[in-house]
Amino acid sequence: MTTPSAGALAPAVLMRGIDKRFGAVQANRAVDLTVPKGSIHGIVGENGAGKSTLMSILYGFYQADAGQISIDGRPVQIHGSSDAIAQGVGMVHQHFMLVDTLSALDNVMLGAEPHWQLTKARAMVRARLEPLMQASGLTVKLDALVSELPVGERQRLEILKSLYRGAHILILDEPTAVLTPAETEALFDTLRGLRKQGTTVLLITHKLKEIMALCDAVTVMRAGAVVLDSAITATSLDGLAEAMVGRRVNLGREKSAAPHEAGPVLVEANDLAWHDALGVPRLDGVSITLRAGEIVGVAGVSGNGQSELLDVLSGMHAPDAGTLQVGAQHFDAAHWIDPGRARALRVAHVPEDRHLRGLVLPFPAWESAVLGYQTRPRYSLRGWMKQRAMHDDCAGMMERYDVRPRNPALRSSKFSGGNQQKLVLAREALPEPQVLLVGQPTRGVDIGAIEFIHGRLRALRDAGGAVLLVSSELDEILALSDRVIVMNAGRVAGELPIEQCSESALGRLMAGASVH
Amino acid sequence: MSQPVELPRWIDLVVLPAVNLGMAMLVSAVVLVIVGQDPVQVLGLLIKGAFGSRAGLSYTLYYATTFVFTGLSVAVAFHGGLFNIGAEGQAQIGGLGAGLAALALAAYLPAWLMLPLMVLAAMVFGMAWAAVPAALQAWRGSHVVITTIMFNFLAAALMGYLLVNTLKEPGNMAPESRAFGDSARMPGVHELLAWLGLDWPKTPLNLSVLLAVLAAVGVYLALFKSQPGYALRAVGFSPEAARYAGIAPKVQIMRSMMLSGALAGLVAINELAGVQGRLLAEFVAGAGFAGIAVSLIGRNHPTGIVLASLLFGALYQGGAELAFEIQGFSRDMVFTLQGLIVLFAGAMAKVAAPALGRIYKTFSRHPAVGAAHG
Amino acid sequence: MDEVALGSLIASTLRVSTPLILCALAGTLSERSGVIDLGLEGKMLMTAFAAASVGVASNSLVLALAAALLVGVALSMLHGYACVSHRGDQVVLGMAITMTAAGLTVVLGIAWFNQGGQTPPLTDAVRLGPLFPGLAAAVKDTPFVGPVVGNGLLGHDAFVYGALALVAVVWWLLYRTRFGLRLRAAGENPAMVDAAGVSVLKMRYAALALNGVLSALAGSYLVLALTPSFIPNMTAGRGYMALAAMIFGKWHPLGALAACWLFGFLEAAAIQLQGVVLPAALGGGQVPVQAIQALPYLMTVVLLAGFIGRAYAPKALGTPYVKER
Repeated sequence: MTTPSAGALAPAVLMRGIDKRFGAVQANRAVDLTVPKGSIHGIVGENGAGKSTLMSILYGFYQADAGQISIDGRPVQIHGSSDAIAQGVGMVHQHFMLVDTLSALDNVMLGAEPHWQLTKARAMVRARLEPLMQASGLTVKLDALVSELPVGERQRLEILKSLYRGAHILILDEPTAVLTPAETEALFDTLRGLRKQGTTVLLITHKLKEIMALCDAVTVMRAGAVVLDSAITATSLDGLAEAMVGRRVNLGREKSAAPHEAGPVLVEANDLAWHDALGVPRLDGVSITLRAGEIVGVAGVSGNGQSELLDVLSGMHAPDAGTLQVGAQHFDAAHWIDPGRARALRVAHVPEDRHLRGLVLPFPAWESAVLGYQTRPRYSLRGWMKQRAMHDDCAGMMERYDVRPRNPALRSSKFSGGNQQKLVLAREALPEPQVLLVGQPTRGVDIGAIEFIHGRLRALRDAGGAVLLVSSELDEILALSDRVIVMNAGRVAGELPIEQCSESALGRLMAGASVH
Repeated sequence: MSQPVELPRWIDLVVLPAVNLGMAMLVSAVVLVIVGQDPVQVLGLLIKGAFGSRAGLSYTLYYATTFVFTGLSVAVAFHGGLFNIGAEGQAQIGGLGAGLAALALAAYLPAWLMLPLMVLAAMVFGMAWAAVPAALQAWRGSHVVITTIMFNFLAAALMGYLLVNTLKEPGNMAPESRAFGDSARMPGVHELLAWLGLDWPKTPLNLSVLLAVLAAVGVYLALFKSQPGYALRAVGFSPEAARYAGIAPKVQIMRSMMLSGALAGLVAINELAGVQGRLLAEFVAGAGFAGIAVSLIGRNHPTGIVLASLLFGALYQGGAELAFEIQGFSRDMVFTLQGLIVLFAGAMAKVAAPALGRIYKTFSRHPAVGAAHG
Repeated sequence: MDEVALGSLIASTLRVSTPLILCALAGTLSERSGVIDLGLEGKMLMTAFAAASVGVASNSLVLALAAALLVGVALSMLHGYACVSHRGDQVVLGMAITMTAAGLTVVLGIAWFNQGGQTPPLTDAVRLGPLFPGLAAAVKDTPFVGPVVGNGLLGHDAFVYGALALVAVVWWLLYRTRFGLRLRAAGENPAMVDAAGVSVLKMRYAALALNGVLSALAGSYLVLALTPSFIPNMTAGRGYMALAAMIFGKWHPLGALAACWLFGFLEAAAIQLQGVVLPAALGGGQVPVQAIQALPYLMTVVLLAGFIGRAYAPKALGTPYVKER
C-alpha cells in the first residue's frame, strides 16, 4: 500500500470509499485510490471489474453513491464532465471523439474556440498548441483532416485535446487496443515525457505487460473492489495475474464419470486474419480445431478477437485470409462460408448479441423461433409458411427450455433477457447440431437459468457434438470447458487442457505473457 | 436515456391512429373556422356526399380503389425498411405499360385476354421503374428517398414527351393517346349490376375494385403467410438478424421495392382501363402521395390500408360534393387534411405515443405491459 | 447566338436561379447540421402565399416580407419540434409540410380572394424593381458590353444580387465562424459535439431558423419578382430541384451555387436548346424539351449512384441525436 509521507505533495487524485450500484450490480465497492502527482498509475481488471466505472465517476459521467474525491489535496464535487475538465482532469476514450471531416486543429478547439472568427481562433489555438506539442512530444499534423491521420496520430490528437484544455490528470481508457506495437512504444514514450512535466496519468488496461513496463504503481480491481494496490517494484506479472483472476477454490466443475476423449475433427480453421476499417488487425493468424465430444472455451478479456472469431466461423463475415474445413467442405477467404451454408452443414450459432442478431424483436416468438431455419421443408412448403408447425415447434422449445411465459404469440421483445436467451439457445441446440458456436450464453440470465443452460451445453457435448464457447465470464469457461483457448490481441495466446488451467496460468495468458 | 414506449397492441393499432386522425381533423376544423365555414356542417355534408347515395358510394369506392393500390405499395416498401416516395412515378409508368399493351393489342384480343395482359404490363412497368432506385440503394448506397423523388420527375418528363410526340392521337390538341379498343375497357360496376338485373347509376366505379380487394388479400398473404414475406419483414426490422438468418438484405430490398412498384402500377387499371379509356399524363393526380397518408394511418397493414382507403375515398368524394354544395369550399381542403394526417400519424407519431403511454399507466390498475428486463 | 439573345439568356438564368439558390442554401444549412429537409417545396409555397396575401392586403413590401419570414421560421420551428426535440421521422415531416402547404394555400386563397386560389396581382409598390435602374440604360449603347452585361447582369432586382451575396455569407458562416464549425460538427458526429459541451439541439434549431429565413426569401421572390400573383402550386417542383442542386453541390454553398446556375441555365435555355439537332451519332432528331427539363434530376441520380464522383452526405444526417448517458 502506498502511503503518502507527511510533507510530500498532496496526491493528484484521492478517491475514498467510492460506492456505485447499477440496479442489482455493485459496480464499485468501497474503492480507495491514491495516485501521487506526476506518476503513471495503472488500473487493471477484467471486464466488469469496475475500473471503467471508477474512472467514469472521476470524469463526471456518473455520480458515486458514497465516497469522496479530492484533486491535488482539495475535496471536489464532480457533477459532470465540465466540472472534471475544470479541475484539470482529461479523458481519452477508447472510441475516439473526433470529427473525421474536420482538421486536427479544428477538432482540438471545438467547444473551446477562443474567438468567434475561425481564422483568428485558429491562429490563437495554433500559437498555444505548437509549444504544447514541443513540450509534450506529441506531434500531430494540425492541418490534416482527421480521416487522413493514422490511428496512433488520432490518439495523440485526443491527448492533445485534453492537454489544451488544461488537463494535468489524464485518464486513458484501453489506449493500446487499437495500436500496433510500434505505436504503443511511441505512446509510452509520450506518456513518460508527460510524466516528466508533472502530468499524472491513469491508465485503464487489462494488459499486464504494459503495466509492468510503464507504470509506477498499480491498482487491481475485481468484482467491484480493490484487491491489490502496490508500487510496481513490489509486485510482478504473476502476482498481478493472480490478483486479476482471483483464487477460485470451487470451480463448480462437474466431474464426469470418464475423462472425455475427443472424437474426430469436425471444424478446422487455419491462419484466420482480419483487419477492421481502421486497419487494426482483429484476427491475426488464428488457427483452431473443434473435435466431436468436447467443449472448447475461448477465454480472454473482450475485444481481443473473440467476437470476430465467432463472426468468421459462423459465416457472418469473411476474413481477409485463412481457410476453413467443415466436415468434407473446404472454404477459403475468397469463397467463404455463409450463415445458410453453415446451418446446412449443421453448424449452429447462438450470437453474442441476441437483440441485434439472435431475434427479430418485433416478431412474435413463433417467428423468431425459426430465424435461420425458415426455408426448411418443415416450415416452408412451396413458399408458404407452415405456421402450425412453427407454432408447435416454438411451444416445444419453450417447454423444453422453460421459456416463460409459454406464449408463442407474444412479441419477442416482451420476454425478459434470460427467456430470450433460452429461446435462442433452444432454437439452435434442439436440432442437435454437430457444432454449436455460442457467445456469452448466460449474459443477463438469472442464476437458475444459468445452471439449466450449462446443463444443455454439456448434454450436447455428451451426445457427440462440439461446442465453441466464447464467454467473458472466466467461471463459466472453467466450469464447462474441456480445453481452454486464450485470445489476446487477435492471436491465440495459448491453449491448455482443463486440468492444466490454473488461475495464474490463465491470467498470464490473458494478460499477454506466455506460460512458463 | 429515453426508453422507447411499449404500448399494448390494441392501443398501438387502434387508439393511436384514431388519436392521430382526430388531431388532424381538429386542426382542419380550425382551418375551416378561419375560412368562415362550419366544421360540423362540413362533416355532415361530407358523410352524406360520400355514403348518402348510391352514386356517392360508388365514387367513394372508385377513389378508394386507387388508394388501396398506392397504400399497399407504400406499405410493402415500409415493411422492407424503405420509404417509397416514388409511387406517383411508378403509377405513371405502370400506365405507360398498360397503355402500350392496349394500343398495340386491343384490336386483336378479346377482353378476357386483353385485361389481364394490361394488368401484367402495368405491374411489370411499375416494377421496372422502382427497380432502378432499389438497385442503386442496394448496390451503390444511393438514398432511396432522394432517387425516388427524382424518378417521379423523370417519369413526368418521359410521359410528357411520349404523349406530346410519339403516342399522341393525330388531330387531337390534348396530349393523350387515341382511345383504346373496346376490349381494353374494364367493365363498370353499373354494367355488371345491370347484367344481373339491378339498376345502378353510371359512375367511374369499375371492376378494378375487385382487383384492389384481391391485391389487399394478396399482400396480406404474401407478407404474413409466405416465406419470402418473412424474409422481407426480417430485413425491414433488423438487417443484421436477417443476415444471421441467411437472408440477403440486398435481395430483399429489390423484392420489396419491385413489389411496391408493381402495386403502384395497378392504379393505371383503375384509372385508364376503368375510366379514361386512353393514355394520358395526369391520371395519377397525387394518389402516390395520398398512398403515404393511407399507409401511415393504416399502420402499414392491409386491413388498415383498406379502411384508410375508404376513409380517403370518402374524403375525396365528399370533398367533391362539398365543392358543389358550399360556396367557397374547395377540394384542396381534403389535400390539407391529407397532409395533416401525414404530419400527425407520421412525423409527430412519437409525440402522441408517450403521452398515451402515460395516460394508459395512470388509468390501468396493472403496470403497463412493457419489456420486462431480466 | 447574337448579343441580345445572349444577354437575355444570362438575365433569365440569373432570375430563374435565384429562388433555387436561396432554397439550396436553406437546405444546406439544415442538412449540414444533420436534419433532412424535404419540406423546402412546401415552405417555399407557403411563404410565397404569405407574401402575396399580405402584400395585397397591405400594399407594403416590408409587411409582405415580414409575413413570409414569420411563416418560414414557424414552419422550420415545427420541423425542429417534431424531428429534433421529439425525434420524429424527418423525411415524413418534410412530406407532410409539402402536402399540407399545397392544400392550405389554395384553401386560404379561395377563402380570402375568391379567385380560384390565385391572389390578385401585387402592385408595383410591393414588387421588386431593378436595384440599379440607371445602370443598364447607361451601358445600353456600348457594343457587345451593352446588351450582354447591361441587360444580362446589371438590371436585376435586389434579390438576385442578394442571393449571390447570401452565398458568400453562408459560406463565411459555415467555414469562417465558430458557429459554422460547431454546426458542421453537429451534422457529422453529434456525440463529440455534445461531449465538448455544445448543445446539439440548439445548433440544429439555429440551423433550422436560418433555413426558415432563407426559404421565406425564396418563396417571396416568386411573387415579388417572377409572377405578380400567387398561383396554386406555383413552386412547380423547384423545392426538389433545389434539393437536387444541394446534393449535386455536395452540401457546399459554392457547389450549390454552381449547380443552381447550371439548373437555372437549363431551364432558361430549354426553349433555345430544344430545336438543336443532335448529331447522327446520337440518333439525329431534335432535343426534346422534356429531356432538358429532366436533365437536372437525371444528373443528380447519376451523381448519387456514384458514377460522377461521390456525394458524401453529412454523416449524422437524418439520425436524431439521443444523449447517451
